[in-house]
Amino acid sequence: MKTNRAVRTPGGLSVRLDVRALVVVLLLLLAAFGASVLLIGTGDFPISAGDVVRTLLGGGDPGQDFIVNELRLPRVLVALLVGACLGLGGALFQAVSRNPLGSPDILGLGQGATAGALTVIVLFSGSANQVTAGALVGGLVTGLAIYLLAWKQGVHGYRLVLVGIGMSAILTAVNGYLLTVSDIVDAARSVVWMTGSLSGRDWEQVWPLLALCAVLVPLVLGNARALRMMEMGDDVAGALGVRVERVRALLMVSAVLLTATATAAAGPVSFVALTAPQLARRLTRSPGPNLLPSLCMGATLLVVADWSSQRLFGADQMPVGVVTGVVGGVYLLWLLVSERRAGRI
Amino acid sequence: MLVDSPPEQRAESVPAPPTRRAIRSFGLLASAGILLLVALASIAIGAKDLSLAQVWHGLFQDSGTYSDVVVDDRISRTALGLLAGAALGLAGAVLQALTRNPLADPGLLGINAGASAAVVTAISFLGVTSMSGYIWFAFFGAAAVGALVWFLGGSRGATPVRLALAGTAISAALYGYLQAVMISDDAALGRMRFWTVGSLSAATGSTIKQVLPFLVLGMLLALALARPLNAMAMGDDTAKALGAHLNRTRALSMLAATVLCGAATAACGPIVFVGLMVPHVVRSFTGPDLRWILPYSAVLSPVLLLGADVIGRIVARPAEVQVGIITAIIGGPVFILLVRRRRTAQL
Repeated sequence: MKTNRAVRTPGGLSVRLDVRALVVVLLLLLAAFGASVLLIGTGDFPISAGDVVRTLLGGGDPGQDFIVNELRLPRVLVALLVGACLGLGGALFQAVSRNPLGSPDILGLGQGATAGALTVIVLFSGSANQVTAGALVGGLVTGLAIYLLAWKQGVHGYRLVLVGIGMSAILTAVNGYLLTVSDIVDAARSVVWMTGSLSGRDWEQVWPLLALCAVLVPLVLGNARALRMMEMGDDVAGALGVRVERVRALLMVSAVLLTATATAAAGPVSFVALTAPQLARRLTRSPGPNLLPSLCMGATLLVVADWSSQRLFGADQMPVGVVTGVVGGVYLLWLLVSERRAGRI
Repeated sequence: MLVDSPPEQRAESVPAPPTRRAIRSFGLLASAGILLLVALASIAIGAKDLSLAQVWHGLFQDSGTYSDVVVDDRISRTALGLLAGAALGLAGAVLQALTRNPLADPGLLGINAGASAAVVTAISFLGVTSMSGYIWFAFFGAAAVGALVWFLGGSRGATPVRLALAGTAISAALYGYLQAVMISDDAALGRMRFWTVGSLSAATGSTIKQVLPFLVLGMLLALALARPLNAMAMGDDTAKALGAHLNRTRALSMLAATVLCGAATAACGPIVFVGLMVPHVVRSFTGPDLRWILPYSAVLSPVLLLGADVIGRIVARPAEVQVGIITAIIGGPVFILLVRRRRTAQL
């Protein structure tokens, strides 16, 4: 199949279409929608897929309407948005660090958000909203610190990864300390938060995520072309007219914002940011940063993972982070082995 | 033959002004003196204020009074700190030489995560509750993950980044498992949150006896590897030409490092960055010769570990901050500084 096609208009404008990537995006959106309908229908009060769709379109009875639109829809929307943010943020980090393992999980952003959240939980016994704010602040400060510490006449990929590894070790120690000084109730609450969970999310969490995505997604996608040039190396990209450090700073800030907000909403759900871009890349078979496919893949992954955790362990028994952690860990090992066999790392 | 007659021995026959060797030997003695002072501080300073006379009484005229018992506790704690510190320092130095990677550290290589995963399994599924029961599980977990990282990351020519990434990946996967267990089992959470930060406070005579044979064996093996590792530092081809057995040296080094870290982690829980920092600092004044790096690391690492432990006892009186937390908080910034300074970051 010929994957690239140029579309020309009579006025002399032309745009290059990557047909395969477009098909992948459409299929992923379909999958995400399907999984969302299934997820809304799953729970203590099961609803059939047809009823879910009818209720979503405004035609259900009052009981179903309450369950679907007030209780379950916000949770699914949070899952979709968090997954999308993590997928996009992960793709940006991996493209900027030029390393398939340069994801926010490994760079310590998750640990930073955790440190913020744990501080609020353990030292102040804060409410859920305060925990969210603490996580947001922790994630943003960590992202900024890593960027500044890795800066040395520009940010180099491996230096970013290694500084991130050091940062995450310090923060892990801080989190370990907070866990040892807390009482067992706060410690249990902390561990659930640290795993990443979607239970009890409502419209309050949806709106900030949606607003952030509405601003950042177009901004990031608008810079995708420059990011693609930068994959050829900073010098070549510079020669082609890309302002390398400016684009990189802009994209890093966007990636940190996306990841930190997503983490604040659902906790540090592991591995979505790491695996979504890799899976998207394997589906589109395109070498570029694959931003839009990664975004859709992240959303799909998180909803499917939440649905599987509900089906496997029962409603709200296991946080979604456990499923993504175990599946992602196995995937990561497989990735390491196959990359090694191919001699790429 | 070249390997058997290093420059220092030839230099010795010439009567010369204080040679490098004399300076280094003196430095080693001085370091041992510092270690002695830190060890004494570790016995004298703690959450319970004791006068020097009471400490003296506890050390030499033990008659079972309350303060004598406190001193006894601190003695076993200090002994464990000495042993574990030396083990971590030696293991770090060997791993860094083996991988030719200044960033190699048992924590970064996933050995800690392996030990943690094995201990949480023992607590949650096998009902092991005693500290002495954890030791064997921790040891086994560390050994298994050490082997796995070695296999995944670089059995055919390890590169720094590859090993670090393999270790990080395996740690990440194991920590996922750790969290799943801790969420579903409150008792495991209660124990693990103290074990995973790394502490010397659980030291008893029997803990030390259990790990002592492994530590001694590992230390002797590590010190004996100085020469072949020196040869390997010149590159595989040169080392082969000099008569070194590459595979044997690599396998023995990995074995020594795993035994040392595994035993130390089993006794005190995961302690990061001691093995990374000390060999670095040592290398800056001994140069690349492992026959000096190894003994210096063995003497100076316990200085850091015991020093961090003493700090941890003072900062949050009457409670204690575990030594693993203090070493990470001191060690993390040093690691970042190294990454910024060295060319390794550009590999």
